[in-house]
Amino acid sequence: METQPNQNLGIVVTGSVEKGTEVRLDSSASVEDMVVGRYVTIEGKKRRFFGMVTDISLGVTDEQITISPPDTSDTFTAEILEGTATYGTLHVLPMLTIGGEVTTINEGPQPVKTVPSHFSRVKLASEADMETVFGKEDNSRFFIGNPLDMETKLCLNLEELVKRSNGIFGKSGTGKTFLTRLLLIGMLQKSKATNLIFDMHNEYGWAGSFEGGKGGVKALKQLFPSRVAVFTLDEENSRHRGVSTDFVVRIGYDEIEPEDIGLLRQTLNLTDQAVEAVYQLKRHFGKGWMQQTLDISDAADVETLLQSMNIHESSFANLKRGLATIRRLPFLVAHAQTNAVDNILGYLDRGINVVLEFGRHRDITTYMLVANMLARRIYQRYQEKTEVAMAGKVTPPTPLVITIEEAHKFLNHDIANQTIFGEIAREMRKYNVTLLVIDQRPSAIDEEIMSQLGTKITCLLDNERDIDSVLAGVSGKNDLKTVLARLAPKQQALIFGHAVPMPVAFRPRDWGTAKSYEEFTHENSSEKKAEKDIKELFE
Amino acid sequence: MNKIGEIVESTSTEFTAECYELHELPALGSLVKVTAVEMEIFGIVCQSGTAGIEPGRHPVARGKDEASEEAVYQSSPQLMKLLRSEFQVLVVGHIINGKTYQYLPSKPAHIHAFVQACSPEDIKQFSQSFDFLNIMLNNRLQIPTEELVAAGLREMSKAHADPHAFLIAAGKSLTVIFSGDYHRLKTILARLKQ
Ligand SMILES: Nc1ncnc2c1ncn2[C@@H]1O[C@H](COP(=O)(O)OP(=O)(O)OP(=O)(O)O)[C@@H](O)[C@H]1O
Ligand SMILES: [Mg+2]
Repeated sequence: METQPNQNLGIVVTGSVEKGTEVRLDSSASVEDMVVGRYVTIEGKKRRFFGMVTDISLGVTDEQITISPPDTSDTFTAEILEGTATYGTLHVLPMLTIGGEVTTINEGPQPVKTVPSHFSRVKLASEADMETVFGKEDNSRFFIGNPLDMETKLCLNLEELVKRSNGIFGKSGTGKTFLTRLLLIGMLQKSKATNLIFDMHNEYGWAGSFEGGKGGVKALKQLFPSRVAVFTLDEENSRHRGVSTDFVVRIGYDEIEPEDIGLLRQTLNLTDQAVEAVYQLKRHFGKGWMQQTLDISDAADVETLLQSMNIHESSFANLKRGLATIRRLPFLVAHAQTNAVDNILGYLDRGINVVLEFGRHRDITTYMLVANMLARRIYQRYQEKTEVAMAGKVTPPTPLVITIEEAHKFLNHDIANQTIFGEIAREMRKYNVTLLVIDQRPSAIDEEIMSQLGTKITCLLDNERDIDSVLAGVSGKNDLKTVLARLAPKQQALIFGHAVPMPVAFRPRDWGTAKSYEEFTHENSSEKKAEKDIKELFE
Repeated sequence: MNKIGEIVESTSTEFTAECYELHELPALGSLVKVTAVEMEIFGIVCQSGTAGIEPGRHPVARGKDEASEEAVYQSSPQLMKLLRSEFQVLVVGHIINGKTYQYLPSKPAHIHAFVQACSPEDIKQFSQSFDFLNIMLNNRLQIPTEELVAAGLREMSKAHADPHAFLIAAGKSLTVIFSGDYHRLKTILARLKQ
């Protein structure tokens, strides 16, 4: 028998707040129709509980049955034993109370502080229940997918989401990029925040790749041309891919700061002394330190310089090797004519989202160097603007969300306090800037940073340490582990944290079909039309 | 009224009835009823037999020169008067004002009350629940309880539109009663199967 919403599944037989409740399945409901991750409601005497099925098991009242089970041909006996001597149990983790007392009706779903009483009836959650809990699609709620095995739309409050830094995790190929694109569209449509995306693999701006399908999928700018600008570090490559770019980023040596080099210590194989030397050289030469350092070749000059600053020769050689590596990057010029930071800010100020493509420069050194440099400067501007605003003169800048991939490289324990990203994550949204971090190895990210992330969305993870780090501090962790471990290898995820009232396993919306594009771009059209009408009215 | 016998001995838990016709005994395990003051008492036939009327006097064999059993009775018509068929009934419930109670009535049936076979309607009404199985299983009977329970349920199932579903439901009740005694349960279930 197929399970229908509101069908009785069984009754609560034991439970505790900490461990959840055991539900004895009715004999009319087949265990095989149950799935972990499903939502159920429990009709307690005074309140209704909303919970998730986290485990399903088979039980027998008498161990003898397992020792001498009825003959397989004996369907009569099997039918009798089913649901009586042999039965199914669901482990349900109650997460919220909905309705019941007057106060809770007014305040909406509340976290659970008790368990339903014995023999409370358990039913599959209905659409209406899901809506009570997750809300309907509206001006700030974006439809991100469907809870597993349900038709209901799972809607996420993006206004709420962007208030904190967030993380998207999952092992390679599980759908992080597709999910991120979806969230970006959501933010673009349903929140006031603008996005800056450091797009390591050129997947967000114009088109993204699609495993198992011909060609690629459309990315942000193709869908929302007026709301997205594509910046590139590699003009030739972008042109080759047919991307319509808005700005070619060039970075001057004079824009590189000692901190930027410090961050690359590992990837450039620099010694501590070499990094220390950078700070001294900067003090000595000022803005042009890099150019000048690279330029000195005369042995005598070098010696005097090093002696005056007490830098060891080997450290200097080590540093020069490192700088030479950076110098080979084609987008680095002695002095850039146009300022990338100003341009990015210009777009962001107008509410246009910026995707920076790295083209062929997909190595982690380049990515870290550029992302960190630009983000630091942009963050500085936001700090200034926010401080001015706090003094009461102007409105604060619109919130900014910065998306970075391979986040553990920036946010691992060793360098999290040196990168701007560590600082942004820790300072929360003091300056209206938050992060969207994407990573496949969350266990490598600093614990403190992980704990600062407001909402986490995770696709399948199979490394025990990664799972532990993602679920650290979440209540019902063990139950969620089972759910997380059972996610499909693609296009299924578990979301929990600040922006959702309770954890949900869901299937992100399809991305890539003509219908999907139509739906994404259509979603706000009525709103847009209204905006246009208003504009016309005042023209 | 489809009367099959008359009570000759009665207690709260059991009664014995004599058949009006020799050998016209109700089936073992079948449901019978007795109309008493303000109620009908229901019971399951749990033992039956035929013997000589006078205690201590044993019937003797008479058919040495007869061709068949009928011929024996024909040649000695007095036998019909000297022998009697009796059956014992285990009381399993009662009905008062149309409501079924599957536990013992407050008073036993009267001597000389008429025992009737139950109609399919009676059976259906009485067997809506299976609490009576408990009474059957908790009595020390002369015949193995498993036999009687299985026989009774098989008899009852005939009155139901879907005998299979009835037996499954009965089996489920037995499973609950026999939780912890899987082997006994298996024995009964094997006898329930048709
Ligand atoms: N929402 C979706 N709609 C359609 N296809 C999807 C979706 N999510 C995932 N996929 C499929 O899964 C594949 C891998 O997804 P994606 O590129 O997002 O993985 P990833 O986690 O970012 O991988 P990597 O770690 O290698 O960057 C996609 O190419 C696509 O085929
Ligand atoms: Mg990816």
